[in-house]
Amino acid sequence: MTTFREITFSINGRPRTLYIDMRKSLLEVLRQDLGLTGAKQGCGVGECGACSVLVDEVLVDSCIYLAIWADNKNIRTIEGEAKNGKLSRVQQAYVDEGAVQCGFCTPGFIMATTSFTQKCTGEKITEDEIRKSHAGNLCRCTGYQNILKAVEKSIHPDKE
Amino acid sequence: MAIGKSVNRIDAIAKVTGRAEYTEDLYKPGMLVARYFRSSIAHGRVKNIDVEKAKVLEGVEAVFTFKDVPENKFATAGHPFSIDPDHQDVADRLLLTRDIRFMGDEIAIVVAQDEIIASKALQLIEISYDEYTPLILPEDILKKDARQIHKGSSNIVGEHQYSTRDLQVISGDVDDALEKADYVVEGNFETVMVQHCHLENHIAYAYMDDLDRIVIVSSTQIPHIVRRIVSEALNMPLSRVRVIKPFIGGGFGNKQDVVLEPMVAFLTLKLDGRAVQINLSREECMTGTRNRHPFHINVKTGVMKDGTMVARKMDAISITGGYASHGHAIAAAGGSKQSSLYPRMATKFHARTLYANIPVAGAMRAYGSPQVIYALECATEDAARKINMDSVEFRLKNIARQDDINLLSGKKILSCGLADCLLKGKAFMDWDKKKKEYEKCKSGPIRKGLGVACLSYTSGTYPVCVEIAGARISLNQDGTVHVMVGATEIGQGSDTIVAQMAAETLGLAYEHVRVVQTQDTDVSPFDTGAYASRQAYVVSNAVFRAAADLKKKILDHAGLMTGKKARDLNIINGKIVDTHTNAFLMDMKTLAIDSFYHKERGCQLTADVSHKTTTNAPVFGCTFVDITVDIPLCKIKINKIINVHDSGIILNPVQAGGQVHGGVFMGIGAALSEELMINPATGYIYNNNLLDYKFPTFMDLPQIHHDFVETFEPTSGYGNKSLGEPPVISPPPAIRNALLDATGVSINSLPISPHKLFTAFKKNGLMVSKGDADV
Ligand code: FES
Ligand code: FES
Repeated sequence: MTTFREITFSINGRPRTLYIDMRKSLLEVLRQDLGLTGAKQGCGVGECGACSVLVDEVLVDSCIYLAIWADNKNIRTIEGEAKNGKLSRVQQAYVDEGAVQCGFCTPGFIMATTSFTQKCTGEKITEDEIRKSHAGNLCRCTGYQNILKAVEKSIHPDKE
Repeated sequence: MAIGKSVNRIDAIAKVTGRAEYTEDLYKPGMLVARYFRSSIAHGRVKNIDVEKAKVLEGVEAVFTFKDVPENKFATAGHPFSIDPDHQDVADRLLLTRDIRFMGDEIAIVVAQDEIIASKALQLIEISYDEYTPLILPEDILKKDARQIHKGSSNIVGEHQYSTRDLQVISGDVDDALEKADYVVEGNFETVMVQHCHLENHIAYAYMDDLDRIVIVSSTQIPHIVRRIVSEALNMPLSRVRVIKPFIGGGFGNKQDVVLEPMVAFLTLKLDGRAVQINLSREECMTGTRNRHPFHINVKTGVMKDGTMVARKMDAISITGGYASHGHAIAAAGGSKQSSLYPRMATKFHARTLYANIPVAGAMRAYGSPQVIYALECATEDAARKINMDSVEFRLKNIARQDDINLLSGKKILSCGLADCLLKGKAFMDWDKKKKEYEKCKSGPIRKGLGVACLSYTSGTYPVCVEIAGARISLNQDGTVHVMVGATEIGQGSDTIVAQMAAETLGLAYEHVRVVQTQDTDVSPFDTGAYASRQAYVVSNAVFRAAADLKKKILDHAGLMTGKKARDLNIINGKIVDTHTNAFLMDMKTLAIDSFYHKERGCQLTADVSHKTTTNAPVFGCTFVDITVDIPLCKIKINKIINVHDSGIILNPVQAGGQVHGGVFMGIGAALSEELMINPATGYIYNNNLLDYKFPTFMDLPQIHHDFVETFEPTSGYGNKSLGEPPVISPPPAIRNALLDATGVSINSLPISPHKLFTAFKKNGLMVSKGDADV
């Protein structure tokens, strides 16, 4: 039985070809094979969202997404979000609004907000829509209150 | 000036970029992994275990069972060592056990090259048990002939009581006072086992860096205590153990216990110093680590017609599960809060802590107070209603005020803003108007109500435990400083406020203070760690002294350089100035370079302070909540909720707000949905995962409001008191009281789940049964 296979994908804008163990999740390949440890494992079975990344701009729980499914896809992880020494708008909003405490949920949350804001830039968004769109990400520290503010700020960066 | 400013967290950028390194991110090539073989029953003894097939599986390095570990019982609670033998924790744990005390108890452990092999090996272990009836309910546990879960313990871990009669702080026997009261209100209250659910599970690894020394990297709140307990468990000198704490993904008390560290240390010793890691799955973490003690509390309150509470008698049973862990300390700490919250009445508190065949309970955010104050604040509400007095007015009449004597400690309460907290909360809710408005909403399927509850907490553990903190501050060549503390950042923001404190006292910009995030027992100053909401309070005293000492050294050196008297100089915004002329003399960098590199004068300017705090300031607060109850749906909707706290001076308003939000959220979870569900006959756990254990998601919560009443606490370095844990305490009783207000139904057990509402509404005739139609 061959358990290894070659896949090619783009990771944070750079092409990579890897031999991977087919049994591995995308989260395991990111963390173990690529050293991208920003995405966290809080449950390993799709309950907490700590492992969230974008695959072709779609938010997925990378712990239950097989790495071989990522063949020929574009992967975005938290490591690629800050560019040229500057935080992304979403990252900056999380810092400014005090939306970070222990930080373990933070990379996943930021990817969720990034995906959400991409879809709704400029639109009028209700608090309910924000809550619903982030319901797959659990946080045990913040009561989501300052995360809510950070998401609002990410959508309307000028509004204080 | 950095105190009182909402500066950004010192570690925020590391965290939002994914660069903050947690234990699992610090991978060591070639590291082995270990997995526990856990019991599938709750009470029994292993008859036979056969690990031979597991041992020979390719990729398995070793298998150990209870036969292979030292016969050396140790205590796991993350308390400082106590010189008083009567105050030492119960040593009832072995690395692996033959006697099974809860479902998931640790019988054997497999070490393998990877997780998949380790999991396969676990399936190859053959086991047979002698099974005993699980002891889960207090009445069964306390039966005369009940089996002793730990031999010789009679299933009681601890028992104590205090009373105003014995303490003689105020006069009065509680039974006399109850007798003389106009009314006596009595209630029985129950809380259930809940779990911390920090997003990062327990994880630790160990290796040896020579033939002697064990290095442990662990997600722990208490690195220095871990070092001591590992040395006790393995019977080796403390200095042979080094513990490193990287970034932590939350703890909430569950990592104030020594859980994995003795085992990984044992394994690396057995495996010639190779690195071995244990990374618990979520399912294991929720049953195999610690939880919150369930309580059963009876409260009798004596009340006069004018609204004065004159007596309070409490009898509590606390369940610690299969092992003692923090054991009876939880009930003792919880029970003490009555004496600071309502210090002017005859009081008696009695509590027993029992073993049971359920998962182990330990420290969890606010340490017994959520259970006891839940009961107290439900009872207070019932007393107010008995004499038809407004809930807020009634509390204002009875709560602690500044200069009251805390009747348990005998100490004067030096700062207390609780009355103002109540007034602020009342105004925010528009209490009087809403009360009137809601009078019309007490019938029909949709009802509305308001609730309030108060809290009191402490700022550390003194005088029960030692309160020691260390801080070391060094000037860098570029004029910035590095601070090392033994206090552990676990997400609560302690490194940030340490930086603010140092900046404030040194006269430097916040950005010029770097706090070393990692604790390493080889180099970090001694401190017992993150618990009891102690850090900002106890550490403030060490940081303040170290910063003041370093400032003196800096000014002395400036004196040497300028020929001026040090007492005429000051540091303002990072610059040395002459206080007489206001003249700028030099910047910090110039001074630093001289102190390091001048050939004759100066040195590396460093201050190192270890300080014991011998005070303990009580903090106060309250929750106000406005709810809608949908009776047919058995649903409580929170329309508005606010916590108002007196935690002394607020060091960083935005971060402080974050602590309150997180606490209120956990409190709402405990009030409405959270429960580790245990089969009362078998001890089986139904919901040890994040899907079935219902802690609130983003969608389940309302906006969480908060406010502060700032008092100045004279016993702390910057006027501050504790804040991390208190916010979790008062939401559950406030919500229960609001439900009572809306429906007239008292539900005296947590959580107030739809299931419980259904039963209570039916019983009280709010839902008319139509046979099967209402199912
Ligand atoms: S780790 Fe992937 S959802 Fe929890
Ligand atoms: S910040 Fe700790 S889990 Fe979200």
